[in-house]
Amino acid sequence: MHKNIKLETFLHAFFLVLCACSIIPLLLVISVSLTSESGIVSKGYTLLPSELSTNAYEYIFKNGNSVARAYGVTIINTITGAGISTLLTALFAYGLSKKDFRWRKIFTFYVFFTMLFNGGTVAWYIVCTKWLNLSNTIWAMILPYLMNAWNIIILRTFFSTTIPDGIIESAKLDGAGEFRIFFQLVLPISLPGIATIALFQTLAYWNDWWLPLLFITEPKLYNLQFILQNMMNNIQKMSENSNYALSTGAMDVPSESARMALCIIATGPILFVYPFFQKYFIQGLTVGAIKG
Amino acid sequence: MKKEAQKKPIGYKKLSLGLKNDMPILIMMLPGAVLILLFSYLPMFGIIIPFKDINMRDGILGSPWCGLQNFEFLFRTEDAWLITRNTIGYNVIFIIIGTFLNVSIAIMMSLFSSKRASKIYQTIIIMPYFLSYVIVSYLVFAFLSMDNGFLNKTILPMLGIEPINWYTVPEQWPWILCVVNFWKWTGYSSVVYLAAIAGIDVQLYEAAEIDGANKWKQIIHITLPSLKLLIVIQTILSIGKILNSDFGLFYQVPMNSGALYSTTSTINTYVYNKMISGGAKTLGMSSAAAFYQSVVGFVLVLLANMIVNKVDPDSALF
Repeated sequence: MHKNIKLETFLHAFFLVLCACSIIPLLLVISVSLTSESGIVSKGYTLLPSELSTNAYEYIFKNGNSVARAYGVTIINTITGAGISTLLTALFAYGLSKKDFRWRKIFTFYVFFTMLFNGGTVAWYIVCTKWLNLSNTIWAMILPYLMNAWNIIILRTFFSTTIPDGIIESAKLDGAGEFRIFFQLVLPISLPGIATIALFQTLAYWNDWWLPLLFITEPKLYNLQFILQNMMNNIQKMSENSNYALSTGAMDVPSESARMALCIIATGPILFVYPFFQKYFIQGLTVGAIKG
Repeated sequence: MKKEAQKKPIGYKKLSLGLKNDMPILIMMLPGAVLILLFSYLPMFGIIIPFKDINMRDGILGSPWCGLQNFEFLFRTEDAWLITRNTIGYNVIFIIIGTFLNVSIAIMMSLFSSKRASKIYQTIIIMPYFLSYVIVSYLVFAFLSMDNGFLNKTILPMLGIEPINWYTVPEQWPWILCVVNFWKWTGYSSVVYLAAIAGIDVQLYEAAEIDGANKWKQIIHITLPSLKLLIVIQTILSIGKILNSDFGLFYQVPMNSGALYSTTSTINTYVYNKMISGGAKTLGMSSAAAFYQSVVGFVLVLLANMIVNKVDPDSALF
């Protein structure tokens, strides 16, 4: 028993340090967002605000038209994207999980092959811009992520391990059609699996900057992550080349604390809710790898 | 119960009658199948792009053929070697150190007698997984900023070291990128091993304890051997993806700074940067690099899967 107390003490010490390492970068940014400009100028970025000030947040709420707009774009993308994606993924995965569906093998291969081989970024870009005309539309930030092979496999595995064949059989004998079976029987039973996919997709859409980076040049369609990325880009270019600011009019970059405040505003919702949902993310990681 | 068993054979026959019965399912799958066709299969035909003198105006089919010219452009430059070295080099470090970190953290977490403590710790160290790379680049910037960064303003002065202009010194970036990568992923990736440890038979540990084996001996003789297969499989699968890199890590975190390309440029960032730079020649080189990544990557994944199939068929991808 004596030995175990020693071990526990060591473990707690170890994990406390690890936890500190995980959150210190975030604390630093929160602290900067709450520091006044003069405090930053004299002491730099510090772990505790050298001069406390909420100016940065006030500034954003007063002058934040483009920020509010970007917030709206992000929310629209996330809700439509995650919603449609979860529905279509579930419908597709349900087919793959049905043992009496005769096209099952073909469609399983159809999904698997996309995990093995792809045409490369250039081809994908040309298809999206030239053939599908997605540039500068809201769909450019929604459509490409809708179907994801990995999500399909996770949900298929979930369906085939949690839904008893008997239930579907007997519903069928009672004359229920496939759609009724799916929406009234399968979905309610599989809510934990559905939630996993919905949450993975919510995170993917909320955090996305890759699709706007490729397809969006129209400022009114910028999402939160992309606004943040552009801001940082402008600052980098200005520090590399002092003429850049003059030539592009990128002078009105917000103050340092305002930038960090925006960063916190953009990621805040995720930080507040993830602890309640993390078990689904963990489940997705551990369920997906079962061969079917 | 008996009634159902009698009805079953009739039901099965009806089900397998043909297309008519599969129709509802096919309709359900149609939207998903179309999206996969558009966004995964159509681009596959783009595999011919590097053999063409591609330009955005004429598109894939309209541009003239040009043989292996794009590959010559690519492999004649130092870039081809550099991006391959960086991509594989970082992946090798990530696989080796990453596996060590993931396994040891999972094992330590499993040692807590109180499940509540380990849950709380896990919630905190998993946090970075939920941040986008744009946010991560801000967090890194807060440390590395030349004028105000935490390192230059607080840490380095304490050690008596001159400030460093981090975003212009490529030598510093291998360790920075490694730290950021492990910071972001370790909490989440260790979960796979934690789940595997939770699945080990408790009786094994009880028996060992009766035999007088201490915790350390239990780890060496029970936990690690039980994880061996999983470790081997995860490693092989990672090797299959060794030509891929985490675009966000190598693009957002160094802020795509040109001065750092020698140590931060990977195949993925190279393909992107050449693609958007707009010239016909760079677009050709970009597509050649993408082709090289896709085709070699395809072979590697197949090989990796073949090996996994030999070691443990249940863990293979297909």
